[in-house]
Formats: sequence, C-alpha cells, structure tokens
Amino acid sequence: MSGSIWVLAEHWRGQLSESTYELLALGREIADGLGVELQAVLLGHGAADLAKGLGKANSVLSVDHSSLCEPVPEACAAALVQLIKERRPRSVLVPLTNISMGVGTLVSTAVKVPAANFCRDVRVVDGGLQATCVLYGGKIEATVTMGAECSILGIWPGARAAENGRSDVVPPVEPVTVSLPEAPRVRFKRYIEPEAGDVDITQQDTLVAVGRGMQGQANLALAEELAEVLGGAVCGSRPVIDQGWLPLSRQVGKSGVSVKPKLYLAAGISGAPEHVEGMKNAALIIAVNTDPRAPIFNVAHYGILADALEVLPALTEAVRGKKG
Amino acid sequence: MNILVLLRMIPDVVEELEISNDGKTLDREFLRLIPNETDDHALEEALLLKERHGGKVTVVAPDAPELDDVLFACLAKGADRAVKISGVEPVMGGRAAARLMAQVLTTAPGLLPADLILTGVQSTEDLDGLMAPILSHLLQLPYVDNVTQVTADGPGKTVTAVKEFPSAVRAEFDVQLPAVLGIQAAEKPPRYVPVAKVRAVMKSQHLESAAAPAGVEAGQLEILQMAKPEPAEHAEMLAGDPAQVAGKICEILAARGVL
Ligand SMILES: Cc1cc2nc3c(=O)[nH]c(=O)nc-3n(C[C@H](O)[C@H](O)[C@H](O)COP(=O)(O)OP(=O)(O)OC[C@H]3O[C@@H](n4cnc5c(N)ncnc54)[C@H](O)[C@@H]3O)c2cc1C
Ligand SMILES: Nc1ncnc2c1ncn2[C@@H]1O[C@H](COP(=O)(O)O)[C@@H](O)[C@H]1O
Repeated sequence: MSGSIWVLAEHWRGQLSESTYELLALGREIADGLGVELQAVLLGHGAADLAKGLGKANSVLSVDHSSLCEPVPEACAAALVQLIKERRPRSVLVPLTNISMGVGTLVSTAVKVPAANFCRDVRVVDGGLQATCVLYGGKIEATVTMGAECSILGIWPGARAAENGRSDVVPPVEPVTVSLPEAPRVRFKRYIEPEAGDVDITQQDTLVAVGRGMQGQANLALAEELAEVLGGAVCGSRPVIDQGWLPLSRQVGKSGVSVKPKLYLAAGISGAPEHVEGMKNAALIIAVNTDPRAPIFNVAHYGILADALEVLPALTEAVRGKKG
Repeated sequence: MNILVLLRMIPDVVEELEISNDGKTLDREFLRLIPNETDDHALEEALLLKERHGGKVTVVAPDAPELDDVLFACLAKGADRAVKISGVEPVMGGRAAARLMAQVLTTAPGLLPADLILTGVQSTEDLDGLMAPILSHLLQLPYVDNVTQVTADGPGKTVTAVKEFPSAVRAEFDVQLPAVLGIQAAEKPPRYVPVAKVRAVMKSQHLESAAAPAGVEAGQLEILQMAKPEPAEHAEMLAGDPAQVAGKICEILAARGVL
C-alpha cells in the first residue's frame, strides 16, 4: 500500500533485535495517527521465518538475497532504495544501532528525501511528522518537521518499550525481489567473539561505572575499592575502554553490553545517549558529576554535584563503617 | 597508501551550551569548538596505516575557530598535508558538511584519487545524516562504519576493516579500495603531541586552503526549535560534603536492600 509507514526489521544472528520491536511500537502509533498501514521490511537470506514475529505490522515485505546474509549497510540500503522507489512509503523508520547504522543515511541520500537522525520521539502533527532529536551528547533536543513527503527517520534505541511492539498475530508476508550486485564491494569475513574469562558485568548486582571524569587510570583504584566493599564490579564508558583503562568486556552502552543491576553508580560519566542506552534500566542509578547540566542527571535517581575523586573514597569508608 | 582524513570542529559538550535567540540554533559566540572525537581517531588510524605501509596522510577540514591550531597539531603528529576549506560558515549537520566535503574533494586539485577516506563514524550534530555514508554515496565508493581496525596486505586492492557490533562482538569485512570508512576508535588511543613540537611545525610547515564551492545543497530538514531537555524526572540531588553525601547514599542503599 502506498503511503504506509515502514519499519526496517533489524535482525542479527538469527534473531529480531529489541530495536525492531521498539520501532514497531513507534511505527504503529505513527501509522494509526496518519490512518495508514504499518509495514515491516525484512531483508535477509534464509531469514523469512522471522516475519512471524512482526505481527504488530499490517504486513511484511520479505526480501531474500544472498548479499543480505550478514548486515552490510550498503546492501541493505540498495535493497531498500529499490523498494522505496517502487512503492513510495510515507516514511521509513530505521534503527540507529551498530547493526543498521548508516542504512538510513545511505537511503535518504540515494532517494533524495530528508532524513532525521537520533530521533527519540516522532509524532503526527497536523498530518505531518515531527521528530524530537537528541543532539550534543544529550544536552540539546531539536524538534524538526518532516513535512508531508517521504522521510527517513533514524530512531534511537529506547524510543518506545519493546513490549509494545510484540504481537502474537502472524502477519501476511509478501515476498519481493531486488537486484543487488553480484560482486559486493564490502564482503563479510567472520565474527570476532568477545574474550571470555573476565567478570561478566551483566550478572552483577552492583556496578561502579567510571567515565572520562575519573581523569586517569590510576584513579580507577578508587572505583575498584568501592566495588569491592559493595560486592560488585567496575565497568566503564567508551573513552575509558578506548584508552585501555579497562577491557572491552567492561564497556556499557551501544557497542558494549546492556546491564540491569540493582545499583549503577556512575562516576564522571556525562550520560551520552550511547552510554545511557546500556544502563537506563538499572533499578537504582546514582551519578556523581561536576557538571550540573550533565545528561546523566536526567536518568539518575540520585545525583551528586561533586568531584568523583572525593566522593568515591568517602563512600567506600562510609560503607565499610556501616558494615562494621 | 594515500589517505584523506576528514575532520570537523564541533561544540565541546562538556561545556555549557546556549541556544540563540531564534531558538533554532546554538549560540556559537561562546562555544568552545573541539575536533570531533571520532575524527581524531580517524587521523590516528590513518597515521598507523602510514607507519605500516608508507604513503601520505592529508587532513581536510572546514574552517572554524581554533582550526589552525588543530591542523598544525595534525601535522605535528605526522600528517603530510592539512587543507583548510575556507569561506564556509560553520554549518550544523552531517549532510551540509558532507556535501561540501564531497564537492571540495572532487574539485580541489591534488586530493583525489585517494585509497582511503577516513572520517569519524558520527558527530553529535549529524542531525540529518552521517558524514561517511553520505560521502560514500556522493563519491560512489564502498563504505563501512563503526570501524576499529584497518589492515592491509601491502598496496593491495582491498583492506580488511574490523567493525563493532553490539555486545562487544566485532566482525571483519573485506573492502574494495578506494573506500570510505567511518572510524569509531583507532587501534590505539590518539597520540599526544607536545606543544613544543606543534610550535616548531608552525614555523616549518604551512596550512593549505581551498575555497568551498558556492551553492552546495544543504540539508532539507526544518528545525522548529532547539531546547535543553526537560526530563520528566530529574535526579534528586544530594548535597553536602563528601562524607555527608556518602552517609546519605548509605542510607538509600540500606533502605533499598543493596547494603
Ligand atoms: C557509534 C557509537 C557508539 C558508541 N558506543 C558507546 C558505548 O557503548 N558506551 C559508551 O559509554 N559510549 C559509547 N559511545 C561514546 C559516547 O558518545 C560518549 O562519547 C561517551 O559515552 C562519553 O564517555 P564519558 O561520559 O566517560 O566522557 P565525557 O562525555 O567526556 O564525560 C566526562 C564527564 O565527567 C565529568 N567530570 C569531569 N571531571 C569530574 C570529576 N572530577 N568528578 C566527577 N565528574 C567529573 C564531566 O562533567 C563530564 O560530564 C559511542 C559513540 C558512538 C558514535
Ligand atoms: N518522495 C519520494 N519517495 C520515493 N522516491 C522518491 C521520492 N522522491 C524522489 N524519489 C525517487 O528518488 C530518485 C531520485 O530522485 P531525483 O534524483 O531527485 O530525481 C528518483 O527515482 C525519484 O523517483
């Protein structure tokens, strides 16, 4: 159906991703608001079976092609561009994850339609679409209007609850074909699994998370001591891992792992969306930061405007005292 | 290997950001601009490739306050050329910047052909699209993003790029050259360069400039307003000296059964 809302059904290693359900939940709202259909676009190779999880959509367009075996943005975009030109959807929702990143931008550039990136919300306003986009590490939000023409919307993880995008309904599936280059310019070789053997931070009840605000690797000892008295482990933001202060297995966020501990104590972490994505569901979030405008205070339950290098040792001492 | 690195100056988000009176743009007057962090990693990866395989590294950047110092630092780190695109108003957004870069690369003499074009995977102001994919489309080159390692077997026709996936999983891709890569993180933290060395380079080397072509098509997106997020629930702030704050946290943890 022309003018419908499309959701790119992201899947990886045999499973639909959480983002797909989040986008289906959001897409459903938009489609209903516009009075049009919601369609999921499933691109893959031997993955057609996943369509049965996409019942929140009215129907599924399913493409099977050997070049879509692993997620290569170029290939996904080339397929999507062909479908968009043939069928003219109203808008396409694409997840902004490390799996699908770039697809939306490639498509919007090729089809020459506007794109809005980093959307945390999309609403129907006067028959047009308005998106709220998270910029500058979460410090600014921009409201942008997409007008009535076709647009590509890159959606941040967490825009809607994944639960609201699940359905037991089995949607009708329409197989469609696309032509993709025989010799792709980008060719998948192999996956590199994370090294095992380190602490599994997804299994910890208490995490002391450190960011660039900890100033140097030597100061991580303060976090280690606190984690030890609390019976937890230390994890970190991307710059801490990139600088080699902690191993990759301790990275929380978009390209690291998602955690859900009972306590997440963030020390010197600004709260960029890529980090928040991995820890926002912790039961209790306490943040220590010297910047009153740090976005981490927008997700934390308790905040302390102070030097983490002073607060961590004081807390270690207090916890020791309490334990006797 | 001939490598172009695209670098942009963007607002430092650790600083206070102010919105202009029009409510639609950042007030740039008091903004502190810094090189986009992932662009800095792109330069580092380029320098590592040059060290391993030889070749030339050229840094290209739209002009912005403080850019000269940054470009001299790039030269001091080991870049061979630094080209400043003058006459450009600082533009927000990936699309306008990417279109401009694509135009400059194709029109300014001596930049293309390059084997690799490296740029940061993302900036915090890529509202209407990411630099690397736009550029790859405009230049019709293959593209991989979230790259953390690039390896080449000598001067071949391909490189292997390691790309980050979620859950700390990575994957290797073979990429035909020339190509555009969005760099997430270099194999090593970006190198430090002492101020004295930058000063020396300022005396011995010069920055090149190229004029931005007029009439580059910018984004098609209309910004209605910019605002600082007003969260439904801001954190409850705990005040006091470190010992007092620590005491309060202990109480909260005890009440929640964490202690
Ligand atoms: C595709 C992509 C994927 C990414 N994936 C991830 C990811 O998986 N995980 C991740 O974390 N990031 C990720 N990032 C990076 C992310 O965008 C941010 O750059 C990063 O999270 C910032 O880390 P930070 O908060 O430690 O550092 P900064 O943003 O530099 O913040 C440091 C904070 O410390 C505060 N501070 C300074 N001194 C002190 C002090 N003495 N005491 C207390 N506070 C202090 C400052 O006020 C500031 O708020 C990704 C980025 C991209 C583009
Ligand atoms: N709103 C739109 N939805 C889908 N395809 C479009 C839309 N606008 C333009 N196109 C197609 O995108 C391609 C590039 O358009 P152009 O180069 O601008 O003429 C053409 O095949 C157009 O038909």
